[in-house]
Amino acid sequence: MSIITNINKLFDHRIRLGIMSILMVNEYADFNTLKELLGATDGNIASHVKALEKAEYIKIEKQFIGKKPNTRYSTTALGKAEFKKHINALEKLIKKQ
Amino acid sequence: MLNSTILFYFVIQSTFIMSNEDYLKDISEIKNLMNKSSRFISLSGLSGILAGIYALIGAATAYYIVSTYSRGYLMLDGKIFYICVAILLAVAALSIITGIYLTTRKAKKNGEGIWDTSSKRLVANFITPLIVGGLYILIILDQQKYGQTGALMLIFYGLALVNASKYSIGDIRYLGYTEIVLGLICALLPGYGFWLWVLGFGVMHIVYGTIMYFKYDVK
Repeated sequence: MSIITNINKLFDHRIRLGIMSILMVNEYADFNTLKELLGATDGNIASHVKALEKAEYIKIEKQFIGKKPNTRYSTTALGKAEFKKHINALEKLIKKQ
Repeated sequence: MLNSTILFYFVIQSTFIMSNEDYLKDISEIKNLMNKSSRFISLSGLSGILAGIYALIGAATAYYIVSTYSRGYLMLDGKIFYICVAILLAVAALSIITGIYLTTRKAKKNGEGIWDTSSKRLVANFITPLIVGGLYILIILDQQKYGQTGALMLIFYGLALVNASKYSIGDIRYLGYTEIVLGLICALLPGYGFWLWVLGFGVMHIVYGTIMYFKYDVK
């Protein structure tokens, strides 16, 4: 049963899993990129981003490009480690079948 | 009592199977998003084939003009030289236009944005070695060193492809390596520059374009 404990409840949602997947292979991504890639609404992305930030899996950086505010996201070391653990657990579960 | 036990097991088992399917779906979703967010994969194989054909037509035209009008010698300040440069530029321009057109078409079909983060990153990484190479070739041409032009074109184009392959279909890396090897051979044997150029920009584009076409476009 020890494998089950590595399945991270926080990643047990399509959008949160998606945000983490994108941020694992990109240095950072901004709000609109996440929105386009995941095909979700503003509110939906915002709430899941908040949940991941609260767990300190991702960091939020606010900056200005010209006069436009731009928010970009990147993973923390903790987020990367947790995501890797989660994927390993998924793979083990699938292999077991 | 027995019925409820059976029902209980049924529920447990079906949720377990369900969640395993979900895990598989999760993994494929993760892979898909990682690829989609970091690579621009709508490059068209057909545009590679056409670029190769343009290069062959261009090379044949230049060969014909040089062999009939200037006894096989390329005078570097004559009219013939400028015609050859014009042919070269026309081949490059046609290839780029065809590439953009076919890639846009494929991106639309894939539901991929044509000018998004991934395509911008691809273009930036592709043109950096090309621009450096182009400027370097212009500089050494200005210093009357003509022998290495073909080799340098092949080498820098190959490096551009290897660099771009990290942000697109990974397979274009192999076309890049091939161009680099041909470029180095060309540097050793400048006398065969024309034929190695034809091989690198003509034949290899057609070969790799065809492989790409059947691997990724025909589905």
